Amino acid sequence: MPGMSKPADEMKRPTGEANHRTDGAMLLKGADMVVEALRRERVDVIFGYPGGAVLPLYDALYECGIRHVLTRHEQGAIHAAEGYARVTGRPGVVIATSGPGATNLVTGLADAMMDSIPIVAITGQVAKTVIGTDAFQETSIIGISTPITKHNYQIRHASEIPKVFKEAFHIANSGRKGPVLIDIPKDVAGETALFSYDDPPQLPGYQPTVVPHQLQIRKLMSGLSRAKKPVILAGAGILHAGASAELVAFAERHRLPVVHTLLGLGGFPASHPLFLGMGGMHGSAAANKALHETDFLINLGARFDDRLTGKLEFFAPHATVAHVDIDPAEIGKNVSTQIPVVGDVREALLMMLAADVESPHADAWMNELLATKEQFPYWYVQEGTGIKPQRLIAEIARLTAGNAVVITDVGQHQMWTAQFFPFEVPDRWVTSGGLGTMGFGLPAAIGAYFGKPEQQVVAILGDAGFQMTQQELAVIGEMELPIKVVIVNNGALGMVRQWQELFHGERYSASLLEWQPDFIKLAEAYRIPATRVQEDDALTDVLTAFLAAPGPGFLECVVEPRENVFPMVAPGTGIHQMVGVKP
Amino acid sequence: MTPVLSVLVHNKPGVLNRITALFMRKGFNIQSLTVCITESPDVSRMTLVMSEMDEAALEQVMKQLHKQIDVLKVTDLTEAPMVSRELALIQVNSPIAQRATITSLIDPFRASIVDVGRDTVTVQVTGDAEKIEALISLLRPYGIRELARTGLTALPREASAVSELRRLNESQVLPI
Ligand SMILES: Cc1ncc(C[n+]2csc(CCOP(=O)(O)OP(=O)(O)O)c2C)c(N)n1
Ligand SMILES: [Mg+2]
Repeated sequence: MPGMSKPADEMKRPTGEANHRTDGAMLLKGADMVVEALRRERVDVIFGYPGGAVLPLYDALYECGIRHVLTRHEQGAIHAAEGYARVTGRPGVVIATSGPGATNLVTGLADAMMDSIPIVAITGQVAKTVIGTDAFQETSIIGISTPITKHNYQIRHASEIPKVFKEAFHIANSGRKGPVLIDIPKDVAGETALFSYDDPPQLPGYQPTVVPHQLQIRKLMSGLSRAKKPVILAGAGILHAGASAELVAFAERHRLPVVHTLLGLGGFPASHPLFLGMGGMHGSAAANKALHETDFLINLGARFDDRLTGKLEFFAPHATVAHVDIDPAEIGKNVSTQIPVVGDVREALLMMLAADVESPHADAWMNELLATKEQFPYWYVQEGTGIKPQRLIAEIARLTAGNAVVITDVGQHQMWTAQFFPFEVPDRWVTSGGLGTMGFGLPAAIGAYFGKPEQQVVAILGDAGFQMTQQELAVIGEMELPIKVVIVNNGALGMVRQWQELFHGERYSASLLEWQPDFIKLAEAYRIPATRVQEDDALTDVLTAFLAAPGPGFLECVVEPRENVFPMVAPGTGIHQMVGVKP
Repeated sequence: MTPVLSVLVHNKPGVLNRITALFMRKGFNIQSLTVCITESPDVSRMTLVMSEMDEAALEQVMKQLHKQIDVLKVTDLTEAPMVSRELALIQVNSPIAQRATITSLIDPFRASIVDVGRDTVTVQVTGDAEKIEALISLLRPYGIRELARTGLTALPREASAVSELRRLNESQVLPI
């Protein structure tokens, strides 16, 4: 029977009685169809939380062979799905019940939308017969999620399930990736219909351009060969497209300096001599100098976010801009672009590598940038006996030999990690960029672990952000996941405190955490071994033991409370106006 | 410029909401929006008249519309040869004594009276926005009670008709 053959690693059939037919389709109940569709999509883990409207679905999931991870909050489930998706490149799957379950997904959907993370979110809905009556736990998640999903569906009959799931996975994980939500009324789960998963998705309104136009590539390459001050800005598109090797080859071929966005880190090896560092608000002086002074900017899969560009009039003001993006709507949106290239960035790089053009004569420029890189590295001053947060990050990097999957939350510790953890390879870096979602880190680390269980996983979290989703320690404790949780405790909503210090006359309005829980007891309550370190002397030894220990671990690292993230492009200024480039 | 876009979309529940949600999210303003069925039952046509905007903004609007999975085609009719029509119903004060004046007023607009009351008549007019504006301002002194406009709906002209028109126009040019 075509379409019925299953790989050996798949376990049990759906619990409902499958009524097999000769044409490869089978009669199934809606809930079993969902499970079967997930199986066909080779989903190996689901993050979720049950409730009334998804009871039939959870019944079908019971002992179905697909692993289900019960987070302790639906927000945790969707961030975990994001972490999984970010390190594997495959859609993360999350399930929540109707009403409050669904609304708890909102932050994660918005986060995934901003950072182009492929997610398939399944929500239960009240029965079709009562939709619109303000039934118990009814909420219009379709209305709510429309602006924060790539697409969404409400299933009206079980017969739509195969088609909708096929489309949803395809949309989530192709073109510019993103979250897709499927809302399933409770009674649909009980309806019986024919299941066939063989038809390819029919989406006449969705045909992403993958292969770029040769003419545009030629324009880009001839512009490049005439450039005096070329630079590559490489974004997360490089990671989504799996284009790291091509990026390195291209930069080396023409000796081009490379700047990464925050989310692009790892696409180009940090130790590479052509790497200038991260650009933007807390980027390196060399990277921002390059972005300001360049005469030929090649944007590869970045979206010219305002935290990167600073004040637009000072961003690459003298440059011809070439922009490669799979999403045409990003091209020309913020920065006017002379050479638009719509397509997959790996395809584009392959075509660019095939082009036989002279390399630009840019040695003087390259040397100038490398001198700036030499002269203005990221810095901190080691003083006193306390721990400098930057040194903490650098030590974690050194002790893991840069090999860990690193997840952060949002704030100062996130920027320090971006600066001081040298990402050498792709897909080891998980952070919330576009939405800047506090509370993202801990659950995302759980998802990242399920995506790459063979890798060491280190979650570097702020003391404030950690507390937004700290309940997910339960998952780590219960499943004894070998995740190392590091709390960078600066007793503050550090990034807010920094802005108040610099721009609000040191009026620390609601940003100091003078009262803290006992983090050690908290971790221990979840039966996770916990340690505190606050002396710089002890840091290396404690970290070494902490990272080497098997199983889960929790380290509270008390750091200098007044440390700021520098260098910095102050809001409203240009990227050439960095402050704090030197001690 | 006030751009006119013709957008073919899947005729499915929620599509209108997707489009308006997009416009709200992106801060695009519209002057009018009509939605109607087409020759194909699965496809609806939306005709959007946007507020004043520059070319870059219009490009962004079109690209964002394209990104919607349920959008099949976006056509910019602003400068393209098109037939566009709007319909307005204007209920205007019209005591018996004045009725003849009103009839003669609306006549050149090929408008018609579609309802007659004791004190008012309701005028129906179709045409482009300019023509409708013109009639409204002519009727305003008599006292407009109520006004309903459909918003613009439009189709591009058939290519052969366009080239025929161009040929006619060109043949009227005197070679010097
Ligand atoms: C959900 C959410 N609320 C508020 C903010 C604003 N915000 C950005 S950074 C920050 C402080 C984070 O403090 P902490 O987690 O301790 O990290 P630190 O900056 O101290 O390293 C705040 C409140 C946010 N990004 N996300
Ligand atoms: Mg803090």
